[in-house]
Order: sequence, then C-alpha cells, then structure tokens
Amino acid sequence: MTEFIAPATRRRMSVSEASVPTLARGTKLRLDETRQRWVLLVPERVMAPDEIAVEVLKLCDGRRSVADITDHLAAIYNAPREEIARDIIAMLQDLADSGFLVEAAKP
Amino acid sequence: MSPALSDANDGLAVLEGQSVAQAYGIPLAVLLEMTHRCPLQCGYCSNPVEMERAGNELTTDEWKKVLTELAEIGVLQVHFSGGEPSVRKDLVELVRHANDLGLYTNLITSAVLITKERLTEIADAGLAHIQISFQANDPALANRIGGFKNGHAKKLEVAQWSRELGLPLTVNAVMHRQNLHELRDMIALAVQLDADRIEVANVQYYGWALKNRAALMPTIEQIDEATAIVEEERERLRGILDIDFVVPDYYALRPKKCMGGWGRQFFNITPSGRILPCHAAETITELNFESVRSNHSIAWIWQNSDAFNRYRGTGWMPEPCQSCAFKEIDYGGCRCQAFALTGNAGNADPACHLSPLHESIFKTAERESSEGGDRFIYRNFAGGMLEPELP
Repeated sequence: MTEFIAPATRRRMSVSEASVPTLARGTKLRLDETRQRWVLLVPERVMAPDEIAVEVLKLCDGRRSVADITDHLAAIYNAPREEIARDIIAMLQDLADSGFLVEAAKP
Repeated sequence: MSPALSDANDGLAVLEGQSVAQAYGIPLAVLLEMTHRCPLQCGYCSNPVEMERAGNELTTDEWKKVLTELAEIGVLQVHFSGGEPSVRKDLVELVRHANDLGLYTNLITSAVLITKERLTEIADAGLAHIQISFQANDPALANRIGGFKNGHAKKLEVAQWSRELGLPLTVNAVMHRQNLHELRDMIALAVQLDADRIEVANVQYYGWALKNRAALMPTIEQIDEATAIVEEERERLRGILDIDFVVPDYYALRPKKCMGGWGRQFFNITPSGRILPCHAAETITELNFESVRSNHSIAWIWQNSDAFNRYRGTGWMPEPCQSCAFKEIDYGGCRCQAFALTGNAGNADPACHLSPLHESIFKTAERESSEGGDRFIYRNFAGGMLEPELP
C-alpha cells in the first residue's frame, strides 16, 4: 500500500467565489475573554486571527458565498473588490487545506 | 488588507524581568493525565517508571473542580490523556463538564478499550477531536510493540467509527528504529482512515522510553530518510493530510525548544493532581511539584511555585547557555534530558553541540542504534517485563 492514491472525495475544498464555506467540526471561533481577543480553536492548536480574519470567519456561516463575503467586506473597508477577493480566497484556501473549513451542505 | 492567522502562542507577550511571578500568562492548552493505567505496554511510553496507582487518582469531583478552575483562569483547550483516559469510568462525564465550560476537548487514546456505544457517548458529550495512537502499520509488529493482542484491528475500527461520527481524527505515530521502515505506510494508513492529521513523533527518551533506549534508537540513516519522506509526503498530500513531525534530537546539532521553554506556555496535571511544567518533569527527582490538592490555586502554582520558576527565563543558565546567542530561541533545550544524561537539570541539554557531552551522546546513539537488542522492556506497574526472546 505504499503507492496509495487518496480517494477523490478526500480532496479538501477548493475555494472560489462560488464556495459556501463553514467551519469544520473541531474548529471553533471563540472570544477569549481572558485575553480579550478572538481565537480559532483547532485540533491541538490555538490560532490568533487578526481583526480582518475574524470578520471573514464570522461570515463563514454556511449560508453566505465567498462572493457575498467579498461584497460585504469591500463595502465596509471601501477597498478594491478584486484585491479583497484575492486575499480572502488565499486565507480561506489555507484554512481549507488544513481541514478547518469545509463546503456547507446544500440546504 | 492581508488577513492573517498566526499561532497564538507566538503572539503571547511573555515578559522577562525580576518579578517572574506576574509575567507568565496562563497557557492556552493543558494536558490532563487522568490515569497511568493503560492496557498497552509500549516501551516508548514517556510516563515515569514509577507510576501512579489507581487509588491515588483524582476523583470525578476533583477533576471537575480542576476543569472549572482551568476554564476560569483562561485555559482554552484540554487534552484528556494518560495512561489510557478511557479506563476512567467518568470520561464521558468529564468531557461533558469541560465542554459545558466552553473548553475545547481533545481525547488522546490508544482506543483499544472503546466500544462504539461509548465513543458515541463521548462524541455526544461534545468531544471536539480525537487522537488515536498506532504502533505500526503491520498488525503483527504493531501488536508486538504495544504488547497487546489484536490491538491494531481494534484501533482501525475505532478510527472508522470516529469518522462516521464526524470527529476530526489525528493519527499519532510514535516512530523509532523498529518501525521507521513503515513511515510511508503509516502516512498512507492515515489517509486511508480519512484522518485530518498525522503526528509523526520520534521517540523522546524519558521515563519508560529511556529504559528502552537501546531497543528504540534509530540509525542516523533512518532519520535522514524519514525527514526526506515527511517533506515529500507533505507536498504530495497538501490539502489531504497535515503532517506534524517531531524530530529526534540525539543526532541534532541544536536542542529543541522543549515545551516552548520551561514554564512559558505549558503545564500538565498528573493522575494524582500534581502540576508539572512538562509531562516528564517528575523524572527530575530534585524538584518538588505542587498539587491541586494543596491549598494553592492552579494559577498560583503556575506563577509562583519553585518548580516552575527554577528554570524559567534565562537567568538560571550556566555557560555555555548564558552567553549563547540562541538562549532565547531554544531556552537551553530540555531540562529532563539534561538531568537524565548529566545528572543536573541545570546543565546545557547534551543535544546541543556546545554541551561538553554532545559528542559522547551522539556516539552512544550511534552505538545503540546498531548494537542495541530489539527486545522491549514492557511498561507495567511491576517495574517492567522483558519481552520474551524474539524468534
């Protein structure tokens, strides 16, 4: 079994504007009241998202698409949409690659 | 804008200064060694050779009180470990209590005692993640290393149930001379089990593992090969499986930043409630550790107890550490290893090339890796049992 080929279903989410992301089971976004900051709790680690990352993660609610999230943040931060989309997709893809983010089940 | 996620420990400002007491923030995660009892008898176990008997273990109420206190002082994650945590009849109750407190719960288990019904209860109690140990990929080898018949098959079953229940899974693979040839197969096994992560942990030599060092020590060629395999597989399995790699340090030039530095970001609680800066710290026999059964709070013990302050920061360091440019990078390496190999926990870790003992440690490792016998001393409460003659 040395030459094991991973089953296609195993491949984690590929993030695009059409994706509808949600946090995976075992990944929790929480306000750390002791340290007064948001943390992302993941298996055997604690991540410290910056302010914008927290905004993005809060919007990963399994209903909004990446395009919706991008529109929302482009309006709030009054920044070029293209740039925002690129940054968000890169960040979400990193999270998806680590298994912290999944595609929401279709309603 | 560039959204960023960093490891929270790196962002924790840890202040150095005379008043050590107030300067160290409570760790984000705590390891709970609920018991030393375990059905497996792995010779690589990092538990102390003198193990805690069941009668000394904290009671359900005591563990609950500990969990409540941990949540109150700002701990975010707890790892239920051991020994084998599932031998505790109150595991489900304690996981539920922790979860109700908002703690992120992780179960570190050998899995061999867990039925499907029990696992379902644990998952329903709010478990966030499960880590299952595998001793090898070949069942016969795995069962021999664990000293437990049919253990491997049982583990495969529990791993599968975990995924059916939607629990994120980490495969823990403790690697050493007698199973490193299976590293690729272990990684493939993790993928096949639909695990999220595999922790490829080379044996660290404390407690039982130190007793078994000659049977476990890998050759330098094995380590080079393993390092190359991990790099290759990380690339190949990006987005499929995360691979954590704990390097062995007898062959290293520079020591590991053990526990992120003594008393800086970690503590664990032993079955009887003692609070340690590292799960192997009781091997340092000259230190006294405070217990949750004392009159002190956990936060007080973390900040003020002698055992935690003894090797905190850099002030305690002798040469060659004191004038070393890396002293705040590796904090002098590992205190337990310094004690085990030099008899003084305050010496430089011999894994460091600046230690006067480095050369001899390296030679010992080389010699044991080629001349050491393969028979294990199995871990048990009777001081160990030598494996029968191998065929």
